[in-house]
Parts: sequence; C-alpha cells; structure tokens
Amino acid sequence: MHIPDGYLSPQTYIPLFGVFVLTAAVAVKKVKDEVSSRNIPYLGMAAAFSFIIMMFNLPIPGGTTGHAVGSAVIAIIFGPWAAMLAVSVAIIIQALIFGDGGITAIGANCFNMAIFMPFTAFYIFKLFRIKTARKPAVTIAAFISGYLSLVLAAVITAVELGLQPLIASAPDGKALYCPYDLSVAIPAMAIGHMLLFGVVEGIITAIIINYILKNEPKLIYAFRKSAKNE
Amino acid sequence: MLSEKAQKMNKLQKKILVILILLCLITPVGILLPAFFNTGDAWGEWSAQTVKELVGYVPKGLQKYSDIYKAPLHDYTVNSADRSLMHKSGFYIVSGLLGATITYIVVLLISKIIVRNGE
Repeated sequence: MHIPDGYLSPQTYIPLFGVFVLTAAVAVKKVKDEVSSRNIPYLGMAAAFSFIIMMFNLPIPGGTTGHAVGSAVIAIIFGPWAAMLAVSVAIIIQALIFGDGGITAIGANCFNMAIFMPFTAFYIFKLFRIKTARKPAVTIAAFISGYLSLVLAAVITAVELGLQPLIASAPDGKALYCPYDLSVAIPAMAIGHMLLFGVVEGIITAIIINYILKNEPKLIYAFRKSAKNE
Repeated sequence: MLSEKAQKMNKLQKKILVILILLCLITPVGILLPAFFNTGDAWGEWSAQTVKELVGYVPKGLQKYSDIYKAPLHDYTVNSADRSLMHKSGFYIVSGLLGATITYIVVLLISKIIVRNGE
C-alpha cells in the first residue's frame, strides 16, 4: 500500500500532502489534550509495532504481496489522532531511510494509512457501542474494525492510483503516472486485502485489544471516551 | 543507555519490548514467504523496468520521478544487487531493529514536546 514516487501526479500528491499537514497540525493539539505523559512510552511502542508489522509481507500465491498496518489497533487504544501521529512517523521513516513509499507520496501514504485508516477503524469500533468490555463483543468489534479499515484504506489507495490515467495522460494517450485505471486498480487492491491482509489486520487488532484489556484496561481510549459520555 | 531506560519501564512495557524485539528477529518471514510462493511486487509498487514489462512502456512522469530520491537503506538492505535470501534476511532484521528504534525515539520526542498532561 506504499505508493512509490512516480505513480501519482503532482495534482494528486500535492493536495494530499496539504491534507496531511493540516491534519497533523490538528493532531498535535488533540494529542496534547488526550494523551497523558505516562502513556507516551506505549505510544512510542505502538508506532514501532506499526513499523515492524508493515515489514511482514504476506504472499497471495500466484499473485501479489501485502501486509497489515496496525493503524486499527493503535486508533482503538490511543484514539485516532494519536494514531495519526504515531503511524505517520513510521511511514515517513520508511520513506526517508528505507525507500518504502515515495518521497513525493509521503502525504498520500500518510493520508491512506495514518489518517483514513485509523479514523475509519476507530468509528467502526465505536459503532458497536460496547459499554462493558465483554470479551466476545470486543473481539468481534476489534476484528471487524481492523479488517474493514485496512480493506477500505486499500480501496482509497487504489482510487488515487486508478484516477491517474484520467488526470494526466500524454497526447498519445499513454499514461504519465500510474498506467492502470480504476477498473483495474480497485479489484487488484481490494481482493488481496479482503482475502488475506485484512484478515491478518483483524486478528492482530483483536489479539492486542484483548491483551491490553487484560493488562492495562485504563489505557484504552475507545472505552475511556464512552465512559465519559455516558 | 537502553538498559537504563528498560529499568524505568514497568512490567507490561518490558513485556511489549521483548515482543517487539522478537518480532524484529522474525521479520525475514516477510521476504521468505513471498519468495517461497514466488509472488511479485505488491500491486502498484513496481520498478520502472517492471512497469515496462507490464504495459509495454514506461510512463514519462513515472520515469521522471522514480529516481528522485535514493534512500540510504533502500528496500531494507544495502547492496541490493546481492539478491541472496541470506543477505536480504540479515539486513531485513537490522533494518527492522533500526527502523523500529528510530520510530520509537521520534514518537517519544514529539510526544514529550507536545504533551504537558502529567496525570
């Protein structure tokens, strides 16, 4: 899901970079209010976890590879704004040091995996309105949140890539950037994430939420908020 | 310095740290499994050369931008000409440990600057 340099036109990556910068500015304010200093080490570890989990490329035999991101579980535990900061740092370091994801695509990649995905995951989890942390309900909600948020993030990535032939083509009709249109990009990205990578994201989300619930239940933002509201 | 830090951590944090290090050590799964099943690149992450094989030409913009930046540890390895799985796996682990540590430190620094809430 890491878009390399050259796949997005400037008309695409510049606005997405703008969205990223604005969102990061809001996130700084939100994190200031929402994260307590004793939880900072956990947030750092969560970001490191996201970095590591993205290295586990999984194969679809006869097809492509992909990986989980970890944004869903981080959003449920720390809230979507803190997740945005944590996962953005991982993505930027992947781009700058390891060339995983393009420099010009940093805004787009952060938008897909560090903004769109954690917010989607968080609100899907909240849809279940879990009041007391009963285990089967939490496990199901966490799995669905992880699964759907990764699949939808893959589709958003596919939309950005698939729009390129429409946005920018040479006079001879040849694409200037990503050569595949939406009809190819969306199924190609969606299928792998629906079959395998989303399932993995769902499973790690459910396992980690249960683990934190057992060991440090007060940490979980998604429950703290609902306790405050009700 | 790392051990000093570790002493200040609580039990759960130490446990998580151990899990993260273990995960780093098994990251080569992320290159060995795709190699075993002989899968190609992730969709939409091909090199310019591979795009040429796929669609018959290299899009001009893609050509222009694809070499705009060369990361020091591109593809989580050094000397990417050495395609042996041993070489790649070794540097994959080193990259995992290095990248995760840098990510952890940067998030810690940013959070310490932002967060004033001591509760």
